[in-house]
Order: sequence, then structure tokens, then C-alpha cells
Amino acid sequence: MTRFLIKRIALLVPVVFGIITATFLLMHATPGDPALTYLGNHPEPAAIAALHHQWGLDKPVTQQYLDFIGGLFTGDLGNSLFYNETIVKLISLKLPPTLMLMIMGSLFGIIFALPLAIWTAIRKDKFIDHLVSLLNAVILGMPIFFIGAMGILFLALKVQIFPVGGYGETNLQHLWSLVLPSLTIGLGLVPLLVRSLRTSVIESLDSEYVAFARSKGLKNRSVWLKYALRNGSISGISILGIQVGYLAGGSLVIENVFGIPGMGSFLMTGILNRDFPVIQGATLTFAMLVVLVYLLTDVSYALLDPRARFK
Amino acid sequence: MSTSLSLRPNILSRLRGFRVNNFRLYLGIFIIFVVVAMAVLASHLTKFDPISQDLLNTLQGGTAEHFLGTDNLGRDVWSRLLYGGRTDLFLASIAVLAPFVIGTVVGAICGYFSGWVDTLVMRIADVVVAFPFYVLVISLVFILGNGVGSIFIAISLVSWVAYARIVRAETMIVRSKEFIEAAQTGGISNQKIITRHVLPNVITQAIVYAMSDIVLNIGVIVTLSYFGLGIVPPTPDWGRMIAEGQQFLAGGYYALTILPALAVVITSLGLSFIGDGLAVALRVKR
Repeated sequence: MTRFLIKRIALLVPVVFGIITATFLLMHATPGDPALTYLGNHPEPAAIAALHHQWGLDKPVTQQYLDFIGGLFTGDLGNSLFYNETIVKLISLKLPPTLMLMIMGSLFGIIFALPLAIWTAIRKDKFIDHLVSLLNAVILGMPIFFIGAMGILFLALKVQIFPVGGYGETNLQHLWSLVLPSLTIGLGLVPLLVRSLRTSVIESLDSEYVAFARSKGLKNRSVWLKYALRNGSISGISILGIQVGYLAGGSLVIENVFGIPGMGSFLMTGILNRDFPVIQGATLTFAMLVVLVYLLTDVSYALLDPRARFK
Repeated sequence: MSTSLSLRPNILSRLRGFRVNNFRLYLGIFIIFVVVAMAVLASHLTKFDPISQDLLNTLQGGTAEHFLGTDNLGRDVWSRLLYGGRTDLFLASIAVLAPFVIGTVVGAICGYFSGWVDTLVMRIADVVVAFPFYVLVISLVFILGNGVGSIFIAISLVSWVAYARIVRAETMIVRSKEFIEAAQTGGISNQKIITRHVLPNVITQAIVYAMSDIVLNIGVIVTLSYFGLGIVPPTPDWGRMIAEGQQFLAGGYYALTILPALAVVITSLGLSFIGDGLAVALRVKR
């Protein structure tokens, strides 16, 4: 296991380095001048020069790159142009709601998807299988903000169960205001999860150990609960891990629909305010989050299934 | 005579099997044909300009004149749906071409030669997929500035990775086959082997994936314009229509939001059906 961990983390180094470089390039080597974008139409040349100096854009690109990496190691991502606060401080405030949203969203996704996957796997090619696959295609085609808007319309405006948006004041209110957004993300995840989960359940039901269990006289119900559900949950972990990009993108959109003050609305306000350090910091955080989840997925999978350690 | 007799049932049964199994493919093609025809023939299907405002007739339900009603600026909803489809469909399908070509070529080269080029490209791919699709595309569109060109470049920079990975994996399987070895021993150039023998065997995977990729593109384009990025008003587009209609949901004007969303769903459904059907017809495992 230690060897697996070392190998896995060593593989991570070039990717993390690449992410840092890509984020840097995104902001510094792209056409257009951030100062011009920031100042709007017809700015004073002196103002441009002042901003360039403030952001260190008057230094050579290599020096800027080294400064950027040096800043990362000392936990300095610069200051927001609007909030008068360091990026690191802002991210530490905005990250918890997003993490919570992603966790609750994936929980709802699994809760919806696992029974559907097992059901359609057992009734493979029957009516219910086709119906679920059709519904999946419909949900897959729905923009996630539309699912959110419909949720608000029916569950917050018509039947007033959930708040229309916002994040509340107390911890309990925070949690309660995240339910509808997480339900939305969970629903969006269902088609992605069901498709792969169904395949893995079918595989485990076709396997020799299930045939053996049946030959011992095990009833259908225990086969489904003991083998289909358990194996389905294990592969569910890795499938969820793969979908973390979708989760992050979904929370970016959903936070803006529901007005949740997380990383997604942070990035979007950064974009609307033309707040370059914010965009840079938020993009970097999202990418690091994805890489971290990939790592955790691989490690937990290796813990559950020793064979994965020797691949 | 005897050959034709023995052939006939064979062909017939194959055709029948194809038709029955591939209901989805034909349904998908039909849906997309109708949607595309409506977008292309937009100017013949409505007499209204999608962007001309009529402030005396705002927020009307269906009337004889405007049969799907008008929006908050008195613009004809039916006309905006048609022209919006033109914008979104055109952009989504154009934005699939560059990633398809780049990804397929890169994937085939990486899979065929392996070595350090392969390692380098795959590490770059790892970096690209570390950024959530929406996060990267939205940031890129911001940096490149609003507009159709920016959307096209942003999607291309991100989406090639999926094609490259799919085609690379398939190429590595094909590369180990005997007919490739035979071609190599026969002294055929690597370039010719890739174009003549590798690509025809691996491209079907990429084609099937392209269908779900267009669905992804429609999703991201619509989401961008929902947030006021990318496609600039007054150009009609489904995402902007949903965003504007949403403000009137609480007032009971559901059609303004639901109709464009329905257009997105039907289009995506058609494309998914084609993708599923093609996967069956081309015997591609997904």
C-alpha cells in the first residue's frame, strides 16, 4: 500500500505542476491586456502602467512565472481587486459551501441512482429498463440551471418547502438551503451514474460467484442485496470520482442559480467584476479539488480492492 | 439460381434485424432532421423578426398572430425559438469539428508510436481534464472576450482530449493486430499505415462519441448565454431565452422558460438517439 501511495503521488506531481502552469498561462499569455479589460474603454496610459506595476506585469514573463510559483508555496495568491482581501482568505470562506454542496449532491445522486441501477440490471431489456434509459436521456439533455429553475418554481414558490435561494444565517439554515440545490445536482448526476452502475451490477450478477451463490440455494433477494448492492456501491465510489468534474461544474452553475456564496459564485462574480486574481485563484482551486478527489478515489479503491494496488 | 435463393433470406433477415434494433437511430435522425430543417428554414416558417420589439404587445399568450405568444419585449417566441435554434445548433456542431479532427489525429499518432510524445500529450490531457469543463470554458470565454469565435476556441481547447483518449486507446489495441505487423513488415510507411489501416478501424468510436459531444456543447453554449456570456444579445439563443423567461416564472408565464428548454431537451434527445443507434449499427462498445 505504501508503494502504491508513493507511486500514485509521484504521478500527481507533473499534473499539479501542469495545472499551475496552465492557470498562469490562462491569465498571462493570452491575447488581450487584463489592465485594459479591467479599466474599460479609453483608459489613461498612466493608469494602465500603474496597474501593470501593481500586478507585476511590467516584469519579464519568466520572472512573473517564478513569482507566481513562489507565491503559491508561501500561500500567497494575491489580492482581490474588489474585496480588498487576500485570495487565500476569500477561498477559505467560499470553499465550505461548495464542498458541502458537492458532497450532498453526490449523496443524493447515489441514493437515486443505485436502486435504479440495480432495478434496471435485474430487469435488463425489459420495459422498465427502456423507460429509465429514456428518462436518463431526457435528464441528460436538460441544462442543469433549468432543472434548478424548475425546482425553485415547484418546491420553493408553488409548494413552499424550500427557500428560493440564499444561504441563511445559522448552520442549520445553511444545510437546509443546500437541500434543493443538492437535489438538483443529484438529479443531474443520475443519468451519468445509472449507466455505469447498471453495467457493473449486470457484470457482478453474471459472475461465477453469483452463480455459485445461487447454486447454494440463495434467494434472489439476498443475491441482490448482498452482491448487487455491495458491488454496486464499491464501483459507485470510482464512478463518482470520475464524475467530480461534472460535480464541480454543476455546483458552479447551481450556486449562481440559487445564490449560494461558494466557489462557483465567487468565480462568476470574479468574471463579472473582471477581477483577475479571483478568476485565477478560483480556477486553480477547482482544478486542485478535482485532482485531489481523483487521488482519494484511487486510494479508497485500492483500500477496498487490493488488486487495484498492483495495476 | 441456387445462389440467389440462398442469399435472399440472409439479406432479408439482416435488414430486418437492422431495422428492428435500430429504431433509436431512425427516430434520432428524424428528430434532428426536423429540428435542423426548422432552424434552416426559419425565415419561411415565421414572418416575424426574432429581435424586433413590439412594446405594445408584450407577454401575450398564444394569439392568432403570435401563436406561441410574445416575450417581455413583445418579440415573437416562435420566431425566437427558430432563430435561436439556428444559433445554438450551428455553433454546437461547428464546435465539434476541430476537437474531432485534432483529437483523432493526436490520439492515433500517440497510440501508434507511444514513446515520449505520447507521454507528453497524455500528461497535457491529464492537466486539461483536471479543470472542470464548465469552469475552464467559462474562464476561457471570459479571457477571449464574448462572441461566437471565443466559444469555438474555448470548446476546441478543451474537448480534443476526449477524442484523443478514445482514439489512442483503440489505436493501441489495433496496433498489436497481425495485419498492422504485416503492413509494417511489408515496408509500408507509418503514415500510410495510420491513415489506411489504423484510422478506419478506430474512427467509429470517435464518431459515436461526437454525438454526445454535440449534446455537451449545446449544454455549455446554452449555459454560457444563460449567464450572459458568449453569445451577445440581441442574437436569439435558447439559453438567453430561458434566462429572460425565468424572471416571469413567478408571474405564471411558464411558456417563456419551458419552450426553449423543451427545444434543448428534444434536440439533445435526438442526438443521443443517433449516438445510441450508431453505437449499435457500428458495433461500438460504450
